Amino acid sequence: MRELEYPFSEDILKKKKRLRRMLLECEGVNYDDKNIAILGGSTTDDIRAVLELFLLNYGIRPKFYESEYNQYYEDAMFPNAELEAFAPDVIIFFTSNRNIPVYPTVADSAESVEEKLQAVYGRFAQMWDHVAETYHCTVIQNNFELPFYRLLGNKDASDIHGRVNFISRLNQMFYEYAQRHENFYIHDIHYESASYGLEKWSDPFYWHMYKYALCVPAIPYTAFGLANIIKSCYGKNKKALVLDMDNTLWGGVIGDDGADHIEIGQETSLGQTYSEFQAYLKAQKDLGVLLAVASKNEHETAMTGLKRPDSVLREEDFASIRANWNPKDVNILEIAQELTLLPESFVFVDDNPAEREIVRKQIPGIAVPEMEEVEHYIQTIDRNGYFEVTNLSADDVKRNDMYQANAMRMKAQAAFADYTEYLKSLEMKGTIRRFEPMYLSRIAQLTNKSNQFNLTTKRYSLAEIEEAAEDPDRITLYGKLEDKFGDNGVVSVVIGRVEGDTLHIELWLMSCRVLKRDMEYAMMDELAAQCEKRGIRTILGYYYPTAKNAMVKDFYGKQGFEKAEEDEEGNALWRFALTPAYQKKNTVINVEEA
Amino acid sequence: MTREEVFAGINEVFQDVFDDEEICVGETTTSADVEGWDSLEHINLIVAVEKRFHMKFNMGEVTTMKNVGEMADIILSRI
Repeated sequence: MRELEYPFSEDILKKKKRLRRMLLECEGVNYDDKNIAILGGSTTDDIRAVLELFLLNYGIRPKFYESEYNQYYEDAMFPNAELEAFAPDVIIFFTSNRNIPVYPTVADSAESVEEKLQAVYGRFAQMWDHVAETYHCTVIQNNFELPFYRLLGNKDASDIHGRVNFISRLNQMFYEYAQRHENFYIHDIHYESASYGLEKWSDPFYWHMYKYALCVPAIPYTAFGLANIIKSCYGKNKKALVLDMDNTLWGGVIGDDGADHIEIGQETSLGQTYSEFQAYLKAQKDLGVLLAVASKNEHETAMTGLKRPDSVLREEDFASIRANWNPKDVNILEIAQELTLLPESFVFVDDNPAEREIVRKQIPGIAVPEMEEVEHYIQTIDRNGYFEVTNLSADDVKRNDMYQANAMRMKAQAAFADYTEYLKSLEMKGTIRRFEPMYLSRIAQLTNKSNQFNLTTKRYSLAEIEEAAEDPDRITLYGKLEDKFGDNGVVSVVIGRVEGDTLHIELWLMSCRVLKRDMEYAMMDELAAQCEKRGIRTILGYYYPTAKNAMVKDFYGKQGFEKAEEDEEGNALWRFALTPAYQKKNTVINVEEA
Repeated sequence: MTREEVFAGINEVFQDVFDDEEICVGETTTSADVEGWDSLEHINLIVAVEKRFHMKFNMGEVTTMKNVGEMADIILSRI
């Protein structure tokens, strides 16, 4: 919904009731339901109301628990039957510098400033430890915004008695806690308030009148920050930037002006601006965001722009390039197919409002930011939080390499007449084992990100994955796949629940980057071996259809299961009778013995 | 801007905030007359009215304002 994308409509707060009604009237949305507890140190009513809008817009339907005014500590620390029954998936501590109980005074010694710092920090850290233990859920904690006055003026920043100094050090301690704890995220109101303007953000009118810790008109900005962390945790980030070229990657029209005359590089202000934008895109790529081109140009001509020595982006930075005269929505759908991604996981970047409008209309769910002036391109993309990072796993950073390795595999495939021969030539090595601690966060991430090759689309929090890993009644498997072109990392996850001599498969998923590599058969072989060890005779597989997982409708059939039941909606139960004579299905991946 | 125009503007804001096109406020309308007008919705009203008329209420005004008529008085004195 346009009103809920940056730059926001001025009217979000005023029209929040209508927007909520419109969002809930959208048909065919498969919402993820999440329980979100907001434990506040100030009034949070409208923060909750606007957060709900942003989450609904991201496909997350929240139920809320909201603490009474300034009861965040009490609600978190003391036995709380209501919160326990609520079973939060996420707890948000919405606190501000109004909740700092003690500050240094000028009379304090360095030791007593240190003591105060430890006391304030300790109270928070103790609370985070306690909720992690009690609720096993994701925790989001505000850092502190700067104070709205400075007793010591500029020296407030550098002197240990200054509040600016005190708050900076507290924030640093919060960050160190975040670095040491998984499932704990800082909501950066320090940055939000600076970006919004501290003077307006901290207008004491709103505190004294209504006990809001920020000015009410800034609420959409802070609620958006929270929504972005939450949607990122639940795998709803965008995955790729599809870029136009002329007047998007460089100034001018390369077909008319020629590569020598487009604006890029350090010679002109405009050229510098495009270069800075390209550098931003390159940095996104290094974080694992895929780059692609959908541009109306002759392919050869377009490439001359990327070959200029001062072009930051190179042809090889793009996972897919479509420079031709086809409609852009057609090109985008082809790119999606080529990268085995859903088009709704794309952000389409084009300076031309007409192209934007067509793509917006033709491809539901795709993000199309308003690219107005080149000097604001970066902000427009950045502030929208499309690629909000919550877990920076090594796999994310390597993702582009993986897609490039895929392109090389495609070329290799062309040289083989027989597909099995091709698969063998890849020299694949698989590692399939019970969940291990070092992979738990990647496994949780996969359960929240995989939509297409996913039989039940059951989402797991990190805490639930930890629980499954330790549960003696669960069989858990993760699968890694390597080949001569590169390491794909963890790409498949299976979780089954043992009941007597029956195994119920709660989750079976695989990353689309290893489609048609027989990895699913290698997983089945290992699952059968594990079941055999435990004397399991029947394996039950479940398929629950969603808008996205049609590709695995007959997955269990291909694995040799018999369909036992199917209802009108297509929910199906599949049965496999395991015998000691089980024949291994995988012949192409060399699986390391556990 | 006439008093009527100010009232028309205030009325639009009320209709938006309470998502109810039937609302019609008058001089003596108070929070008791509009369903859902509690202290929390009050702040949204204030912020939305401020935006609508490009002005700001100060704290003294917000705390002493008794009805929509007084709100209109303040707006008229400011624009």
